[in-house]
Amino acid sequence: MTAPLLRIEDLRIALRTESATYNAVENVSFEIGRGEAFGLVGESGCGKSITALSVMGLLRRPLALAGGKIVLDGEEIQDASPAEWRRLRGKRVAMIFQEPMTALNPLSPVGRQIAEMFVLHQGAGWSEAMDRAEDALRQVQVPSPERRIKDFPHQLSGGMRQRVMIAIALACGPELLIADEPTTALDVTVQAEIIDLMRELCAAKGTAILMISHDLGLVANMCRRVAVMYAGRIVEQQDADAIFASPRHPYTRGLINSLPRLGARARQGRQRLQEISGVVPSIAGYPAGCRFNPRCVAVTDICREVSPEATPLPADGLVRCHHHG
Amino acid sequence: MAEPLLALDSLAVHFTVGSLLAGGVKVLKAVDGVTLDVKPGECLGLVGESGCGKSTLALAIMGLLPPTRGRLALEGRDIKTVDRMATARTVQMVFQDPYASLNPRQTVRRTLADPLRIHGVTDKAEIEARVADMMAKVGLRPEQADRYPHEFSGGQRQRIGIARALILRPKLVICDEPVSALDVSIRAQIINLLLDLKDELGLAYIMISHDLGVVEHVSDRVAVMYLGRIVEQGSWQEIFEDPRHPYTRALIAAIPDPFHRAVVVETAKAKGEIASALNPPPGCHFHPRCPLKQDVCVREVPALDPVSPGHLAACHFRDLAGTPATALRPPR
Amino acid sequence: MRMPRLRLKGGTSLWIGGTLVAVAIAVAVAAPLIARTDPVMDANLMNAEIPPGLEFPFGTDAQGRDIYSRIVYGARISLTVGIVSQILNSLIGVTLGLTAGYWGGWWDDVVTGLTNLMLAIPSLIFALAIMAILGPGLSSLLAALGLTAWSYSCRIARAQVLSLKSQGYIQAARILGYGDLRIMFTQVLPNILGPLIVIATLGMGGAILSEAALSFLGLGIRPPFPSWGSMLSEARDQITTAPWLSVFPGLAIFFTVLGLNLLGDGLRDILDPQSTTRRT
Repeated sequence: MTAPLLRIEDLRIALRTESATYNAVENVSFEIGRGEAFGLVGESGCGKSITALSVMGLLRRPLALAGGKIVLDGEEIQDASPAEWRRLRGKRVAMIFQEPMTALNPLSPVGRQIAEMFVLHQGAGWSEAMDRAEDALRQVQVPSPERRIKDFPHQLSGGMRQRVMIAIALACGPELLIADEPTTALDVTVQAEIIDLMRELCAAKGTAILMISHDLGLVANMCRRVAVMYAGRIVEQQDADAIFASPRHPYTRGLINSLPRLGARARQGRQRLQEISGVVPSIAGYPAGCRFNPRCVAVTDICREVSPEATPLPADGLVRCHHHG
Repeated sequence: MAEPLLALDSLAVHFTVGSLLAGGVKVLKAVDGVTLDVKPGECLGLVGESGCGKSTLALAIMGLLPPTRGRLALEGRDIKTVDRMATARTVQMVFQDPYASLNPRQTVRRTLADPLRIHGVTDKAEIEARVADMMAKVGLRPEQADRYPHEFSGGQRQRIGIARALILRPKLVICDEPVSALDVSIRAQIINLLLDLKDELGLAYIMISHDLGVVEHVSDRVAVMYLGRIVEQGSWQEIFEDPRHPYTRALIAAIPDPFHRAVVVETAKAKGEIASALNPPPGCHFHPRCPLKQDVCVREVPALDPVSPGHLAACHFRDLAGTPATALRPPR
Repeated sequence: MRMPRLRLKGGTSLWIGGTLVAVAIAVAVAAPLIARTDPVMDANLMNAEIPPGLEFPFGTDAQGRDIYSRIVYGARISLTVGIVSQILNSLIGVTLGLTAGYWGGWWDDVVTGLTNLMLAIPSLIFALAIMAILGPGLSSLLAALGLTAWSYSCRIARAQVLSLKSQGYIQAARILGYGDLRIMFTQVLPNILGPLIVIATLGMGGAILSEAALSFLGLGIRPPFPSWGSMLSEARDQITTAPWLSVFPGLAIFFTVLGLNLLGDGLRDILDPQSTTRRT
């Protein structure tokens, strides 16, 4: 087996407030192979986004890396200096965000923002870089790129802006693309196109993807393997097909069963949705033992006291549940 | 047949944008000739993407935006002739964002009791009883009455928002994306609650959502909007099992299917992006994105004509059957 | 990301400012108790222009009146001017700003135009004109300062209303049948009070300075009644021979205005509406 492109090992991210320090993320480990699409799924506050930020070296106070390893292509980068991070970002690891408008510079034409990547990371001259920016826009299927390179971000639609973000992210041929809720702000028909585009481009260039989303269906559609996070921990990790066929963690099972599925009503009539009771805990109120225990249907005494260890599953999977049977 | 609770007849809401000095005035046809009705106790799903006019339509029904053309009737009476307070007791609304839709400086009790006082309920014991009863109905505990919104989670806030909408005992509730701002694991609670309340109180809903799974689950009838017009309308079975407008098919096909890797046929996909409502394409608004586009689509606006009784589609090729949702998504 | 909110330490300026303002108010309230002599009547030319010392801690003026006692009584006038004129300004500004922002349309155009007009005229000149018409005295001073500086609170109120107007709870209130005035005063106003209080506090400092300036120019409080500004005005000829006549009223103005500004800044931190309605 070849070495993975990215290996996260026992990652811990601390949130320091005036009164206390919390573990916003703990015991998080996963690997992403070269060219592989890996999905990280969870609700707001579960730690999926800050896990991604840590891979970009973008954690800022009050968040800080508190333990674990981030290994990119065999090289530990968790303690890299700011200068080393700058060399990694954009060139080897790139990121796209939920709202492209906030990630793009509103005062600079989009062509210039793409070209900047070539100038910055590859030492290209500006005129050459602008030509390549036009090509990059064409690759992300922006119509009439020769005119669009002069447009400012506010002149583009949300979908077009996200295409520009993808062009910037993929400009220097990074080995890993981190996509944090890349389509959440977009309309459904546009979302489908952006997902197709990301999948095709990354497959063509051999770029690995770390896809972050609250939408299990979306992630499963795009990624081969999926990890589900809850309250700062990975609770289950499996192949995308397997996670839907046989979810092993009660939370995953609950998520899959709680949402209405298109076509289900036509087949079986209207069934009452299976609720997951309770509320998502806040970081200051994580329960002892298994963090899902107050909401779990299969809870027993041990769940309230002992934090479950990860049980390995086939194909590099795992489940963190006392009753994963 | 029961008299419709709400009837819209060629309703249009236009805005003028820009100024004479800066580049000229343009007319934004946010809602452009919508004919619809909602019967008592019925749930109408209203589907569409950004800029399709569904939120403008909701505000017009609530009486917050004056219609430019057309007629809007509540229980058979033109809304212009109905007193604002009477409208308030007939139609209410549940908002998308449970954070912005509650006054941060008001307790739950005040949020629920004030509307009763405004509508002439003076007896303190009655107000108290109705507030307590409504809180129980939406699944809040009595001791939570004196808390402020920031003390609640998103799902609980949405319960407060639902209670506020129901406190005046309306007959029709417009639910504007009621779960899309909530955590995924909370959504089922709110959908179940809305369906329970519908049965218990005999409510009619207009369920505005872009989530087709939710719409299929809750709706009796469905209307699909695109750039200010209704492009297809029918029972939930007709819309999801026999969609006749290519846009409806594109919406269904765009839902990521976790149970089956996408086997979406190319003819179901929409190309490109939604045009600006300020400058909609001529003819059928959908034609630049449509896989079935012909010359006629550029020239002529297709009428919203029946495919079968009750199932209407505004497409020149409404007789071509499409791929139903169940065929796109066979059971595992 | 949902994270526990991190409370900012806006504390120090709040506490220092609050203490200074509290002292000034206490002095004004307790003036008859802590003053050593009557500030107006106890003139004694035998004691004229005595430098600060054991008998007269802040010295005496040309008429032999105790400066300390005059400053203590002067606090009443300065604070009254500051508080009353700001209440007037806030009432006018908030009413205009709230209605203009909420109703919009021609009324908004009128209010915005008026606000811009007020901002274009230097408020001290405006106040001077009013004083010239009404003549000197406390009530004309209050009118001059209370009717000329409302544009700031008006602008803030209007901008806040515009940003709140699209919030769901304002729409919900309209849908529930709330009247416009009820919405403005029960739904909007409580949520924009924070910045308005800050503006009013900062404005009080400005009003005290304006009072001093007007009195200095001889248009404010007439001698022999003590206001800090009129004391400065009277002292201007003796600034080289009897500097204490200027220094102590000056320090009183300085510390009171500093206190009000620090208090305003401190309040800004704790009253920020974001701290209670912030969504993450």
